[in-house]
Amino acid sequence: MSRQRKKPAAVSSPAPEESRRAGGRNLPPSRLGPLAVVGVASDGLRGRKLRTALSALGITIGIAAMVGVLGLSESSRADLQAQIAALGTNLLTVEPSSGFGGGDGALPAETAAKIGRIGPVDLVADTVTLDEAPRRNDLVSENETKGVTVVAADIDLLDTLKASVADGVWLDEATSAYQNVVLGSVAADRYGVTGLDDGAQLRIGDEWFTIIGVLDEFPLSEDLDRSVFIGKDAAASTFDVELNPSTIFVRTDPDQIDAVRGVLSSTADPESPDEVSISRPSDALEAQAAADNAFTALFLGLGAVALLVGGIGIANVMVIAVIERRNEIGLRRALGATRAHIRRQFLTEALLLSAIGGAAGVGLGVAVTYLYANYEGWTVVIPNVAIFGGFGAAIAIGAVAGLYPATRAARLAPTEALRA
Amino acid sequence: MSTSSNERSSPAALELIDVVKQYPGHPPVRALDSVSLRIDRGELVAIVGPSGSGKSTMLHVMGTLDRPTSGRVEIDGIELSQLSDRRLAAARARLIGFVFQQFFLLEGVTAVENVANGLLYSGASKSKRLGRAVTALSRVGLSHRLHHRPSALSGGERQRVAIARALVHDPAIILADEPTGNLDSTSSASVMELLFDLHREGRTIVVITHDRDMAAALPRQVAVRDGQLVVPDAALVGGGVR
Ligand SMILES: Nc1ncnc2c1ncn2[C@@H]1O[C@H](COP(=O)(O)OP(=O)(O)OP(=O)(O)O)[C@@H](O)[C@H]1O
Ligand SMILES: [Mg+2]
Repeated sequence: MSRQRKKPAAVSSPAPEESRRAGGRNLPPSRLGPLAVVGVASDGLRGRKLRTALSALGITIGIAAMVGVLGLSESSRADLQAQIAALGTNLLTVEPSSGFGGGDGALPAETAAKIGRIGPVDLVADTVTLDEAPRRNDLVSENETKGVTVVAADIDLLDTLKASVADGVWLDEATSAYQNVVLGSVAADRYGVTGLDDGAQLRIGDEWFTIIGVLDEFPLSEDLDRSVFIGKDAAASTFDVELNPSTIFVRTDPDQIDAVRGVLSSTADPESPDEVSISRPSDALEAQAAADNAFTALFLGLGAVALLVGGIGIANVMVIAVIERRNEIGLRRALGATRAHIRRQFLTEALLLSAIGGAAGVGLGVAVTYLYANYEGWTVVIPNVAIFGGFGAAIAIGAVAGLYPATRAARLAPTEALRA
Repeated sequence: MSTSSNERSSPAALELIDVVKQYPGHPPVRALDSVSLRIDRGELVAIVGPSGSGKSTMLHVMGTLDRPTSGRVEIDGIELSQLSDRRLAAARARLIGFVFQQFFLLEGVTAVENVANGLLYSGASKSKRLGRAVTALSRVGLSHRLHHRPSALSGGERQRVAIARALVHDPAIILADEPTGNLDSTSSASVMELLFDLHREGRTIVVITHDRDMAAALPRQVAVRDGQLVVPDAALVGGGVR
């Protein structure tokens, strides 16, 4: 059954496949391997780069929004939790407030001592903000205080606030009676104090105070970071002031915090307890975390809408592609593609589009999370569910968006598709 | 009917037996009306006829792109009209090469990749497809245009790329629907010259054409009118009468 070809020597095409001719009646089926499908689909996308980029962009924005929102909310939550842990939930603050009675807004000097006698109170410390301006030297005018306040502090302040010394020492019974000063971290920066060896001094009022220590940052108290601390005895002897506490910090037995809170105002000011304001700093952080959660839900919703729009964009582009590429579909059928091959090609194109969009979206979301978290000083936490879920969502959207156009392409009759 | 295939020792390259193609409508259009035609291996056949006479329909039925309403289609001895859609696709992938008036090259990919697509659905590996595509392109005289996009090729070159794609899988028959319909006379001549060359190499080729002079130059003419074969006019036809 050899073919009756009169082949000249220069014939370039390979010899006929004898199996086809001989057995003849069993045609091997058309085949299109997975690799070839991806090749065909990416050829389709390469041919229309701008449209590919634009339709993938919708998915990118949606996925980036979701990954970014999840990453940022996790990072900020982790940061808040670290802050809450550093601060402890068993800290209360007592401050004078001018209630409706029109009080003088001052707490008696012995208030801290009275609070300390409440059973479940572990530690108590008060601070008195003084109306003085610390200066680095005589030449600087008193106006130039660099926003730093002078605080007369109880020696228990550091332990009560779980704060620590960066350099030198904190005030003790002995040093707090004399002209010694300890700087908060921000205050130290502002005065350019880097070391303590030179016996540096600070002028407060008309007196020179020796700098004996610099503190680390306080957990959640930027006001204190901007302060310099002197002993209460020194304050009393140097400046002619009443030592009415500005703030009293109370560290309690964690199980008894509500009970302590209930009796604090009447202990602090038995005559007018409504002129005392009590707060729990960790509450503010927890409220912030709750508010963040609400925002996260909102932005996730927006991201989902963007994703949906992106999916519709892909479906739209694929439907148009099927209409525009009728001839290509007809040609491929003429070259031996089955309906399934055509369906697979267009479905794979949609999947590639969404995978490109999804991968770019995950990358963009992670990048945004890194940049913003670094800017905020947070540790970057990106949950795996955001990365894999985001990419998976993109793929799923591509599959759904591509199914209908691919089915339409496959249903097209070859002769109809080939009509110009 | 099936008698014709018994008349010869080897099966025909292509055989239509009592083929009817009717399009539904009011009234229905009988685009092919009891067409019987045998094309032997190595033949170069022109199909001529006025517009709307059923030439393209006949080519589509020959190439299994369309099923006949009734009748039989055989290529290389394989009866095709009863095969499933998937088997027909396999027949197109392995037995048939198409050339179209509009070329139908993919714009996004190079000439050699377009030609390699002729083997895409045969399951050959990419390197094998590309290797044979290079050979086929040099066969049509375009080895210097391997990596050009179709938009960078002349009309004649594009059609030669399309012809390379139609022969890259070594088909039993090449079906060309007005391959020179979009070309100027010089390009037409070079494309026809190529078809003649392929014919001399032993290829079986069917060419639809409007051009009477071109048809007359081919070894055999089949005239179609209103869906039926016209008994060839001796004055028009040269040596190809059967
Ligand atoms: N899908 C279809 N539905 C209905 N009628 C059709 C269809 N396709 C073709 N026809 C009709 O069948 C007849 C033959 O058409 P065909 O395309 O085969 O002609 P042709 O000889 O190739 O013409 P031309 O030289 O203009 O290309 C025409 O009358 C045409 O209108
Ligand atoms: Mg036609």
